[in-house]
Amino acid sequence: MGKASRVWSFVKYLSIAIAVFVILFPPYIIVVNAFKTSEEFFAKTAIALPDSFLHIDNFIQAFKKANMPIAFGNTLFIVGVTLLLNILIGSAFCYAVGRFQFKFKGMLVGLFLFATIIPQITTQVVNYKTIQMLGLTNNLMGPVLLYVGADILQIYIFLQFIRNIPYELDESAMLEGASLFRVFRSIIFPLLGPATATIVILKTISIYNDMFVPYLYLPRPEHVVVSTSLMRFFSINSGDWQMISSAILIIMIPTAILYLFLQKYIFAGVTSGAVK
Amino acid sequence: MLGKMSLRSQKRLLLFSFVTVPLLLLVTFAYYPAMELIRLSFTNWNGISADKAFIGWANYKEVFSNPDIFGVFRNNVAYFVVGIVQNIVAIYFAVVLNSKLKGKKFFRLLLFLPYILNGVAVAYLFGYVFDTTSGSLNYLLGQLGFDKLAETSWLGNTSIVNYSLASIGFWRFMGFNMVIYLAALQSIPNDLYEAASIDGANGWQKFFYITMPNIYKIIELNLFLTVTGALEVFDLPFVLTKGGPGGASETFVMKIIETAFQFNNYGLASAMSVVLLLFVIIVLSIQRYLLNRKGD
Repeated sequence: MGKASRVWSFVKYLSIAIAVFVILFPPYIIVVNAFKTSEEFFAKTAIALPDSFLHIDNFIQAFKKANMPIAFGNTLFIVGVTLLLNILIGSAFCYAVGRFQFKFKGMLVGLFLFATIIPQITTQVVNYKTIQMLGLTNNLMGPVLLYVGADILQIYIFLQFIRNIPYELDESAMLEGASLFRVFRSIIFPLLGPATATIVILKTISIYNDMFVPYLYLPRPEHVVVSTSLMRFFSINSGDWQMISSAILIIMIPTAILYLFLQKYIFAGVTSGAVK
Repeated sequence: MLGKMSLRSQKRLLLFSFVTVPLLLLVTFAYYPAMELIRLSFTNWNGISADKAFIGWANYKEVFSNPDIFGVFRNNVAYFVVGIVQNIVAIYFAVVLNSKLKGKKFFRLLLFLPYILNGVAVAYLFGYVFDTTSGSLNYLLGQLGFDKLAETSWLGNTSIVNYSLASIGFWRFMGFNMVIYLAALQSIPNDLYEAASIDGANGWQKFFYITMPNIYKIIELNLFLTVTGALEVFDLPFVLTKGGPGGASETFVMKIIETAFQFNNYGLASAMSVVLLLFVIIVLSIQRYLLNRKGD
């Protein structure tokens, strides 16, 4: 027994060490090469450390050449407007469905749940035409509308959450003369805070990381988002790995920082989304 | 003002205003396109002209009989195979992180990290790792003495390109699967394990008779995600190999996008989308069926 558990503990730590290496090796290469000058890059091996981690020329150049100020601005706009609409519409819908009885309510909720099995990637052929008809191709509002309309993660999370808020809170507010809209605004919405935080973080990450929608709907250079700016940058600088490494790093860092500080909400969201 | 309205009319106004917008969006961007897709799949519409002729099942015949279309599913197989291995590894690490271990929180943080990174950036990151001449993987293999292996063109060889790409998916999503398995493991009551220990069960027996049955549902969920993920692969090959070399890494979704937006054959692209949708529904139905049977 003692021997078996010692072997198991050895295997455990060995496998973790291998996993850590596999996870960190690719980003390590990017980090060390992003700081190399072109002479250094050719003189040294791919895994060698740079002379100095203060050589940030590549970052400055990549940031400018890849149009990143515009890309970050556009991405921020799309994320901001999408979240605002998503939170507002999603929480209001879940208040209506979570608190009241009405005809066809079961059917309505079923309609939303069933929609999750339609893969969004299959409906793009038609959605493209819809967005075109609304005059929103080459317009940042096109992707916003798609992200707001086609994703219902917020409905899952808010619905689960709203059921755990005691109804007595609504009742006592109504006894004091609050209207239903006021109950929603001043009681329910603030209490949904943790759910809102989870949704904000998960959606920010998923929109920031999306390439498909911006590639299809925002082809013009003035509409680049982070993903598409990196694609453009790569196609003109391919082979120039130290420059590309810096661009990759610039784009990876924002979500990595969000993740480090807000991991609690991310893990909560991922696991609650899965157990649905 | 609203406070003066009767509760009944307040409720009506509220339901109307809070339900209409999301319902409208859902219908416009989920149900209407699904229906429209079916209708278009029986036409020869080119995406622009006003007239579209009804051509019966011709598009579907084309999808299933043209090896250039249905044959690309062969390339999706690699993602499925790697996905299965990915789930086994994810269960293993979930079990490891659920046992006595120093630095558990840190390892969970690290293993999940790739999932939140930008997909395009990850694709190019591996473009560098897999690069034949200046790539770090071949350098590493060379240092370890595998000289022959170190000359491999990971993304240029038609027989391994899909496995190279799928292994990037493994890197990205293993931690995600693991976190879900871990949450499931943590919800198994500890008494079960204690009772089994008293009865003299060893580690393997506990794993097969307590752990596995309790995470059965989550395994199925993850497998569903793996299978549908394998059917819907798009961004990695699109960004990294553009489907090359010679179409060897083209996936079914890439083919749909190409058919619609480059060749303007919306009718055929719709039929392909419907086929993909049906596959997803079939996979889901099989999963539900197995789950229900197990529940009886």
